[in-house]
Amino acid sequence: MDPLALSRLQFAVTTIYHFFFVPLTLGLSILVAFMQTLYYRTNDETWKKHTQFWGKLFLINFAMGVVTGIVQEFQFGMNWSEYSRFVGDVFGAPLAIEALLAFFLESTFLGLWFFGWDKLSKRAHLATIWLVAFGSNLSALWILIANSFMQQPVGFVIRNGRAEMADFFALLTNPNLWTQFPHVFFSGLATAGFFMLGISAWHLLKKSNVEFFRRSFQIAALAGLFGIALVGLIGHNQTQRIVQSQPMKIAAAEGLYQSEDPASFSLLTIGSLDGRSEVFAIRLPALLSLLAYNKFTGRVEGIDDLQAAYSKQYGAGDYLPPIPWIYWSFRAMVGAGMLMGLLALCGLYLAMRNKIESNLLFLKILPWAILLPYLANTTGWLMAELGRQPWIVFGLMKTEQGVSNTVSGAAVLISLILFTIVYGALMVVDIYLLRKFATSDPMQAAHEAAY
Amino acid sequence: MDLNTLWFILIAILFAGFFLLEGFDYGVGILLPFLGKDDEERRVIINTIGPFWDGNEVWLLTAGGAIFAAFPHWYATMFSGFYLALLLILIALILRGVAFEFRGKDARPGWRKFWDWAIFFGSFIPALLWGVAFGNLLRGVPIDARMNYTGDFFGLLNPYALLTGLYGLVLLIFHGASFLTLRAEGEIAERARAVAARLWLFAVVLLFVALGASYALTDMYTKLGVNPGVIPILGGVALLAAGWFLRQKRDGWTFTMTAITIVTTVFTIFLTLHPRVMISSIDPNFSLTIYNASSSPYTLRIMTIVALVFVPIVLAYQGWTYWVFRKRVSKKSLKA
Ligand code: HDD
Ligand code: HEM
Ligand code: HEM
Repeated sequence: MDPLALSRLQFAVTTIYHFFFVPLTLGLSILVAFMQTLYYRTNDETWKKHTQFWGKLFLINFAMGVVTGIVQEFQFGMNWSEYSRFVGDVFGAPLAIEALLAFFLESTFLGLWFFGWDKLSKRAHLATIWLVAFGSNLSALWILIANSFMQQPVGFVIRNGRAEMADFFALLTNPNLWTQFPHVFFSGLATAGFFMLGISAWHLLKKSNVEFFRRSFQIAALAGLFGIALVGLIGHNQTQRIVQSQPMKIAAAEGLYQSEDPASFSLLTIGSLDGRSEVFAIRLPALLSLLAYNKFTGRVEGIDDLQAAYSKQYGAGDYLPPIPWIYWSFRAMVGAGMLMGLLALCGLYLAMRNKIESNLLFLKILPWAILLPYLANTTGWLMAELGRQPWIVFGLMKTEQGVSNTVSGAAVLISLILFTIVYGALMVVDIYLLRKFATSDPMQAAHEAAY
Repeated sequence: MDLNTLWFILIAILFAGFFLLEGFDYGVGILLPFLGKDDEERRVIINTIGPFWDGNEVWLLTAGGAIFAAFPHWYATMFSGFYLALLLILIALILRGVAFEFRGKDARPGWRKFWDWAIFFGSFIPALLWGVAFGNLLRGVPIDARMNYTGDFFGLLNPYALLTGLYGLVLLIFHGASFLTLRAEGEIAERARAVAARLWLFAVVLLFVALGASYALTDMYTKLGVNPGVIPILGGVALLAAGWFLRQKRDGWTFTMTAITIVTTVFTIFLTLHPRVMISSIDPNFSLTIYNASSSPYTLRIMTIVALVFVPIVLAYQGWTYWVFRKRVSKKSLKA
């Protein structure tokens, strides 16, 4: 049993799982805070009911995010100790700062919010939910500062056989971060928008509390459309930046084996099973150059040339990431994004014409569309992290060098099995509870400010 | 004082804060199935820690993050070395965390019972294993010249570490019981006091046995001397005083005393360790210290600035939370 392969699989399983819950937290915290602000401003009791209905779903999701997050924090040392030794000087700082600045904030104020409905003034109580929203998104910022260093190392020197921080400010202004963070932030908003849209549509279809869910629907359609538009725009920028910083990732995402100028965009590329060569392709001429440089010309490096260049720069070796995974992940993400854009547009249009309830087909589709942001979020990260392979820190350390050298394959197998069982079981419970409360009647539910 | 020492102290403070705060959460969680006779009572018990437990757990995350940032080799060696023990703790914390949120979301008795036991085991396992882990840190573990832990999981379960684990467990249950006398009402508070009274002698005996064992089996004696100094003595005296206050029914004071015992216990461990963070049982020269395991001076400086600015802010708002929720939890208060 190869501890490296098992550790990679375990990291993938646990991290993807953690990120099932994170985007909804990021976006829904803001939307709940927004609804509570409406309640504060208008004193309209339905807005309070809105806050509490969506707030309950938020809490169920949040609990899952918290407990899976603890695993993340420990894993670097447990499974990637050599990596931790090598980058700890740079990478540990944002992680520690995340806990100190963000986790304390969100956890403490969430307690105050949930238990404090009648213990705090209305104003102070409103402030607590905004602080939760702020803390959650702040935590995303700091973890992405850490992740950005792995994607695009900046602000360091190699000294004493490890990467040492030389410029903290450079970490905070990492160009990778400032496309990645907005992309994640708005994907959170889009995720929350579609979550609310789907559930509201379900109620509208059942004609339960139509007035109530029409309001939710409107907020959600706006948030979803706004979120998805910005995700797409920023994603475009992100692609352009990665053409510069990690050209292999884009070449893999486009199945581009030979460098081209102007470069063509892949509609469909079938590669050999190991992804090392192209078998069949339909390509749209010059479109990739347009994506990469906003003009119809411009050279985009292909996989074969990059492999040759990297072998020269870093020494002989295999620098190919798992190409089919990246290729299909990119397509799934962008495809999901386009569908979401379309659906959000329709939703907003219908909402403005007051025709939401009459379009039954649309209402039937929307609950299923909740899956789209989850698909896009997961495949987006697959692309980001698999596209970085074989590096764990781009250009500095290979993944195989980062794994713990004292942890046996058997130990990792045990942990992988345990996590899989526990996570699998919790997923069932989580979905059961979300369904139960998503389909409950917001007017009947007695609100309790206690467990 | 250099920054390495400052960070060693800060991490000691983070662990002290963690055991002080999350300590009573664990204690309350362990007592839950025994002190709550029916569902309503168990709800009261859970809600005494309801608003706090997640914020308390972040003390652990911050301590872990601080170790990573300030002493990366300590983080790498300890977390990979104690792999299976940490795995157990993680599984426990996962089940316990969701249990708080999920338990009340369905009324079926089987459902509630399941999550009650998740809270129990989720509290019991870490409360025991943290003590075992710190016992091993004091005793020393096999670490080679390249800072790699060469022992196995069962090596961690030696009699001395099990003893410190037991001491930690009993102390935290005692602490949890004294917390319940403060935060719960009526019968539950009375029952908690009765449990505390029974645990007290046990805790005192274990403290002295563990201290004796530490003098014999670790280098606590060479580090602290015959007269161990103010901090350890204060811890012992506070634990003795806790018994007295308990009998006087001065619950606030009892809790203060258990809190002092916990904090001083953590400080005593760190005093004994200093300047080492992980003692090698193979060769003292292989030990990880606050110098050979640390980050660069630049990183330590950045982290110091961040910590000096934000730790007081966190303390202020967490303190405020305890003030907001200072009223006792009763069955009536759950219905509001
Ligand atoms: C609702 C979710 C969602 C949607 C609709 C999209 N993305 Fe995305 N994408 C993510 C959610 C996401 C993500 C999960 O948030 C990722 C993973 C890593 C990251 O930075 O964000 C991501 C990563 C990611 C990356 C890799 C970043 C890296 O390696 O650092 C690129 C190039 C894009 N996206 C580009 C796009 C484009 C051009 C889209 C067109 C519509 C798009 N994404 C839609
Ligand atoms: C939450 C969103 C994330 C997801 C879904 C995700 C997904 C993945 C996946 C699938 C892998 C396996 C790649 C492979 O081994 O082939 C991986 C590896 C890894 N990722 Fe991420 N990742 C996320 C965020 C992060 C962040 C924020 C960091 C750092 C702060 C990070 C650090 C790592 C490390 C250390 C590895 C292991 C080494 C490696 O395989 O390169 N990840 N991640
Ligand atoms: C692999 C690296 C990661 C680590 C070490 C990590 C760590 C953690 C920890 C320890 C928690 C629990 C905090 C608590 O007790 O309150 C948590 C929750 C959270 N994390 Fe992660 N996380 C990782 C990836 C991510 C990513 C990529 C994001 C966002 C882009 C993110 C955003 C959040 C948010 C918003 C929460 C709040 C609760 C929730 O998830 O619902 N995390 N994380």
